Amino acid sequence: MNKNNLILYSGILIFGLVAPFLFPAFKVQLSILCVLIVLATTWNIQGGEMGYNSFGNILFYGLGMYLCASVQVGMFFPLAEWTESGGEKTFVHTPAQFFQGMAVGLVVAAIVPTIIAGLIGYSILGLRGHYFAICTLGLGVAAGEISGGIEIIGAGQGFTTPPFPDVGSLEARGEFFYFLSFFTLILTFIAVRSIYSTRFKLILNAIRDNEDKAEAMGIETMKYKIIGWMISAFFCGLAGGIMGGLVGYIDSTDVAFDGREMGVFMVLMAILGGKGTLWGPIIGATIFHIFKEGFWTFFLGWQYVALGVLIVVIVIYFPEGIMGWLREKYPERFGEVVDEKDRKAQVELK
Amino acid sequence: MDFMVFQYPMITVQACLDGILLGILFALIAYGMALQWGVMNIINIAQGDLVILGGYIAYFMYLYGIHPAWGVIVAPVIMYFLGVLIYKLVINKVVDRDLFISILATFGISILFMQLMNFAFGADVVLANSDYGTTMLFNNNVVLPNSKLFSAFISILFAICLVIYMKKSKLGRAIRATAQNARAAKILGVDTEKVYAATFGINAALCGVAGALISITFTIHPYMGLPYTIRSFMIVIVAGLGNLPGVAMSGMGLGVFEEFADYILGTEFRIGSVFLLLVLILVYRRFKLSRKREYLK
Repeated sequence: MNKNNLILYSGILIFGLVAPFLFPAFKVQLSILCVLIVLATTWNIQGGEMGYNSFGNILFYGLGMYLCASVQVGMFFPLAEWTESGGEKTFVHTPAQFFQGMAVGLVVAAIVPTIIAGLIGYSILGLRGHYFAICTLGLGVAAGEISGGIEIIGAGQGFTTPPFPDVGSLEARGEFFYFLSFFTLILTFIAVRSIYSTRFKLILNAIRDNEDKAEAMGIETMKYKIIGWMISAFFCGLAGGIMGGLVGYIDSTDVAFDGREMGVFMVLMAILGGKGTLWGPIIGATIFHIFKEGFWTFFLGWQYVALGVLIVVIVIYFPEGIMGWLREKYPERFGEVVDEKDRKAQVELK
Repeated sequence: MDFMVFQYPMITVQACLDGILLGILFALIAYGMALQWGVMNIINIAQGDLVILGGYIAYFMYLYGIHPAWGVIVAPVIMYFLGVLIYKLVINKVVDRDLFISILATFGISILFMQLMNFAFGADVVLANSDYGTTMLFNNNVVLPNSKLFSAFISILFAICLVIYMKKSKLGRAIRATAQNARAAKILGVDTEKVYAATFGINAALCGVAGALISITFTIHPYMGLPYTIRSFMIVIVAGLGNLPGVAMSGMGLGVFEEFADYILGTEFRIGSVFLLLVLILVYRRFKLSRKREYLK
């Protein structure tokens, strides 16, 4: 790690730590931004690096959301009565119960989706290209439709997550969720960065570039594909658990398995920033979130129309994303040696 | 779980009849999907939304006092030009790109259409009443709305017309040539750009017909598009590209499956079971193909 990187990382870390006190009004927005970055970064592991474009990571996100909330309630109170009362304050978590439940819930929310990803991975990841994309799209929607019919987690009327306990300060809820999501973001970043500096990343890239050749070279592609997907699922579940607590209300198709919003957002953010780069999804998510929050208020009611147009424009005109564009413009910055003659020849060709 | 369907044979007959008549409609939509997939190598996620839009055209005519059955004529004409417009604006930029790009771009179009329809027509479930009455069969045990028979008849009519058109006409020959080898067709003087536009237009027109029929026989809602896309995708992968009898058969099979899922699991799991069936079919296909790969080893 050189000096510039150190300054950059410590700058971001310090900004992250003081941000909730500098901009107290934006705490919730900043927490959502952290979650979005986590989702985009982990989508990028199998979407960008491995070349398996999935619409189905929303499955793990929604699963984590339901699991975290169910564990948090179920540890102390009967789950069925809780959902039946529809969030009426019949049961109240003490602060100790709330935090204990949240901790256990997040662990479960991260681990169970990982196991599920491992179990279904062998069948699903054998599909290639658009079959994989459509299959995962189907998985996400099916999960939403089915969870909307299960009584114990609220069925159609939704599931209210435990309200934040009274600990004396009004700001406590926002700060708690901000630091929780910021910590998750740092954890994700460290994990992804260290993954990207190993042989594992090269294997994933080999799978993306030509899977048959990679297999012929003696790489057990299926094993690595499943591991890549499990890493994605781990962080998606964690992000879902945090988001459930942050939103405070879980609906099967509008919040948890929201393929139309979150499921597309994570793909879009990664593509906007640049697939297959470390910083691309982070930049993409930040720009996307600022755009979304800034313009959604102007487009009130028209936000899905704007979203549809945005998807089409990004996909058609910026398929390489911001990082891809920068890379083409300043290849030296990315450590690529460019021959002057070569560049001139390219310009002439154009 | 409700197993009444197996104890009363008449319910089984009812479910099968309903399913087959519904499946013919699915097959019509899937035919359009197979057409554009085969010719342009594009998977159109907005397929279902085009269907629903066609349905709203028929519904609008019904609101203004015209019999909705005329929608079967009007909807495809409007939808053809809309399809060509979509092609000119978006699709021609993604035709020769990665398939995922086309999936994502049409997903964007799908979201756009969904919301525009929601604004224009409201979020209510509507149907265009055709007043065709019903037919009773088997001692009045099986109810068969005449509108369903009408819709099945019209879809078969349209499918036959299209097949003949594809075989005999000049444009049809050009479309088939482009599907076989776009480059060779270009060399031999086929304007592939025009062929692509026409293919997408024909697909949209087919969706328009199917949508108009759906608005007469069933109900339509702005957000109901995606299941139709998934159904047609499923029918195409089960039948294979360019296998027309296969498309018809698997369409009817899917219709019957759905009716039985509706009776046995309950209506709230109907859409969920369709999506799960898609996942199962794809996984089955994957294992079948991997067995074939092992012979090669």
